[in-house]
Amino acid sequence: MSDRAAPAPSVRFADTFPSRAPRGGRIPVSGQAVLALAIALFLLVFLVVPVATVAYVAFTEKGTGAPTLVNFLDFARTDLFVRSFWNSLYVSAMTVVWASVLALPLAYLTTRFEFRGAALVQTLGFLPLIMPPFVGAVAMQLLFGRNGTVNLLLEEWFDFKIGLMEGLNGVIFLQAIHYFPFILVNLSAALRNIDRAMEEAAQNLGSHGFRLFRRIALPLAMPGYVAGASLVFVKVFDDVASPLLLNVKEMLAPQAYLRITSIGIDDPMGYVISVVLIVLAVVTMWGSAQVLKGKDYATAQRGGGGLARRRLTRGQSVMAYGVVLLVLALVLAPHLGLVLLSLATVWSFSPLPDDYTLAHYARVLGDSSIYIKNTLLYAGLAAAIDVAIGGAIAYLVLRTRLPGRQMLDWMAGAALAVPGVVLGIGYLRAFYGVTLPGGVPLATLWIMIVLAIAIRRLPYALRAAYAALQQISIALEEAAENLGATKARTVRRVVIPLMTGGLLAGFVTSFATAAVELSAVLMLVQNNSDAPLSYGLYVLMQTPAGRGAGAALGVVAVIIVAVCMGLSQLAADRSQRARGLDI
Amino acid sequence: MVRSIVLALGLVLVAHSASAQMGSLTVVTSFSKDVTDPIRRAFEKSAPGVTLEVQNRNTNAGVKYLEETRANNQVDLFWASAPDAFEVLKAKKLLALYKPKARGIAEKVGSYPVNDKDGFYSGFAASGYGIMWNDRYVKAKKLPTPKEWQDLAQAPYYDHVSISAPSRSGTTHLTIETILQGEGWDKGWRIIKEISGNLHQVTDRSFGVPEAVNSGQVGYGIVIDFFAFSSQGSGFPVKFVYPSVTTLVPANVGIVANAPNRMFAEAFIEFLLSPAGQELLLTPTIRRLPVRPATYEKAPPDYPNPFKDKNLQGLLTFNAELSEKRSEAVDVLFDQLITFQLAPLKAVTKTLHDVEAALAKKDNAQARALAKEARDLVAAMPVTDAQAAAPELRAAFTGGKQKSARQAELEQQWAAFAKEKYAAAQAKADEALKLVR
Repeated sequence: MSDRAAPAPSVRFADTFPSRAPRGGRIPVSGQAVLALAIALFLLVFLVVPVATVAYVAFTEKGTGAPTLVNFLDFARTDLFVRSFWNSLYVSAMTVVWASVLALPLAYLTTRFEFRGAALVQTLGFLPLIMPPFVGAVAMQLLFGRNGTVNLLLEEWFDFKIGLMEGLNGVIFLQAIHYFPFILVNLSAALRNIDRAMEEAAQNLGSHGFRLFRRIALPLAMPGYVAGASLVFVKVFDDVASPLLLNVKEMLAPQAYLRITSIGIDDPMGYVISVVLIVLAVVTMWGSAQVLKGKDYATAQRGGGGLARRRLTRGQSVMAYGVVLLVLALVLAPHLGLVLLSLATVWSFSPLPDDYTLAHYARVLGDSSIYIKNTLLYAGLAAAIDVAIGGAIAYLVLRTRLPGRQMLDWMAGAALAVPGVVLGIGYLRAFYGVTLPGGVPLATLWIMIVLAIAIRRLPYALRAAYAALQQISIALEEAAENLGATKARTVRRVVIPLMTGGLLAGFVTSFATAAVELSAVLMLVQNNSDAPLSYGLYVLMQTPAGRGAGAALGVVAVIIVAVCMGLSQLAADRSQRARGLDI
Repeated sequence: MVRSIVLALGLVLVAHSASAQMGSLTVVTSFSKDVTDPIRRAFEKSAPGVTLEVQNRNTNAGVKYLEETRANNQVDLFWASAPDAFEVLKAKKLLALYKPKARGIAEKVGSYPVNDKDGFYSGFAASGYGIMWNDRYVKAKKLPTPKEWQDLAQAPYYDHVSISAPSRSGTTHLTIETILQGEGWDKGWRIIKEISGNLHQVTDRSFGVPEAVNSGQVGYGIVIDFFAFSSQGSGFPVKFVYPSVTTLVPANVGIVANAPNRMFAEAFIEFLLSPAGQELLLTPTIRRLPVRPATYEKAPPDYPNPFKDKNLQGLLTFNAELSEKRSEAVDVLFDQLITFQLAPLKAVTKTLHDVEAALAKKDNAQARALAKEARDLVAAMPVTDAQAAAPELRAAFTGGKQKSARQAELEQQWAAFAKEKYAAAQAKADEALKLVR
């Protein structure tokens, strides 16, 4: 929004964030410093050290261990890696485009208009992010694969096929469906946070329709959109699961994964790629911060809580519902496939299963309650840690002038790019040697699984918290302080309540994705009684007889996460409404 | 927060040591739940008070896990298919010596000794390699049924075959090695590349292949027998055949060095080899070949019996030592010449199929010669078998001192070699096609 579309009320603080940051004082600086140090220590111990114990290999010569940079030269000289790099870049960029196409209408229609079932749409629109590993892939192949339902029917009726699941375009198709909720959630939260006075002002000046959206709502929601889009970009760049599911190996992250897990832990090239991934993630995060820099997205008046919801005319309604249903049908197709698979006896080279049964659910519910309990515990704890740390980092970066505060942001952001197996191996290396009294290695405790998941999902919560805080006018905090509130009290009574929506979005994203996290978990699970759902799924999906049961377990996982999501969505709406009524 | 973490750790510790009071046994295995669950239940019944903790990891990850945790080992048993994984563990001194006491176990299955000659691991079931296919798929598309590896190189199979990368799957590695040992290095690679030209995909995990065949995404898969048998057991419309160049290889179990519960570990091995344990292998979802010949009397009628069936007699003697020497080279060659060059390899194969079809209608000596040249170019190898097994080459992969090149350099060389040869072959094949059209 270079042309500064909306005259924000806080326009009197027309300069940029850093110069507007308060000049120390209220939480005494030492309090902030202690907080920053504690977070830095946490990240150091549970992220930097474990990763460093593995990643230093990138800078050593194989065998002798002598320090060298020759591996990076090898990277640049290997066709395969260079090709993979460009492929990854292309896929990530295209995925952001398509994910935006899917997310924009859902976000705008559900936040901006009187839309029945908005909460349901938001919840359903979030589900694609929760695609259980492995079994989701099978379901997708059975629907969209080259001999899946769609293609078998097309072939029978029209005698042609479409390669939805082939090559790089297949990856883009899958990733756009899988990751568009990142944009949806962050953009919706941002749209809800916009002061309706902005829109009313524009309307009074004669703006309406698409122009209103393009010039007012979208620019003001930019922090949310950028947060979501940058997450999608980095996540797709670093994702291993979807490309491998389509057997696309010529992308960077799969190359790293394949090398580390097949050639071995001492091979430097896998870590060279990991280092490239990490650098790219940090650069992306930095770049997205630059995009937003120097612009003010904060709006001060919070009374109404978000954009005014307008009524749709009859014709508009039909169109809006049409669009929403179309998008939902597309993005939820994998879950439909999953449900069918969980009820199928045999489903092989046919548009639909041969027959249906409930036996898979009986089998799974019998012995999987322990997985479900563990998953809720781990994902809940991990998401709580993420929101606490993410919120604190966002606050430290945006509202204080501590030296080096940006480092925290980058460190946490880099976690996005650390391949799960690298983190898992790093934890084993760093913590297996540390024994508790009694000879139990530290790395075997389940709390380590929680910490590993928390580190992997921290960037999600951080981005959400960051976007939320960027939209809050500092004037509100200054007002509270002028009235004599201490810094800590201001944070508690003003900042945190105003950030609730964003923090909740962060919690939900972290929680839901933590619930299906696999790669780091696989390295760290020590026994069945400590294992989460994703591990149970992995174990089931290695056998022909486990396919149906795996699908049933996948459905259970999705339902659990969806219920938790729906509840928090309700809570968010309620709190927003309550605040609206207060004023 | 730090305090609460310490508190949490303390609580966990108390809980942990409490559960350690009972007899328990930890096994790291690549076997699926369908295999481990029935065996675990039966074992726990036979040894009351002992609980079996199953840690499911794929073979490579399991080996790596034992290496990473050796300083403070908590695992008692390693239980997996691929004998070469056990060779690796043995070489790294991660296994303990144990000679099973069970009687009635065969010395050899096929022509492979059941037990490690040094006594570090024991075979408990046998498996062979072959081709599985989806019957519905094959019927719907009117495709042939294969008997030998070479069949898969024929034109009708184009784009219908799947395999997992040998670098990712211990079982595929053995399959490839079996073909190389049975047919010789050059002819073996020629066959492998001709089959590979017909591949639809190279998957990155062993189970990806039966999964794709079961769901009908591909027609044929190169797999270990029990994937096919257990798929049949689960009702999928699939069939399986052992080609004549195959080998039966035992799946193994071994006690980990410094096992914390050695006594129970021994009991588990004895249980696996006991009549009751061997009979469990016949369960429809397991379907492995027992190593106790007497157990086959209880098997269903059409169950393969390596001690009686003619086609499973006098199979190739698998040379594990040779396989071990060149295992990295074979894996990397396959990845660089096939997995990451699949598109050009498939393109030239398709053209050659077209040439072949045209030649069958109207012969043309010049086109035939060109096609042969193209085939020879495709089959060309950057290294001989002697070079592949040479210690200098190996050093490039293991990081030894006397290496000829770094692994990344070698990979780039081989990839460039394949790219160039396939491009040249494509030119020849195109020329041949022009002549016959």
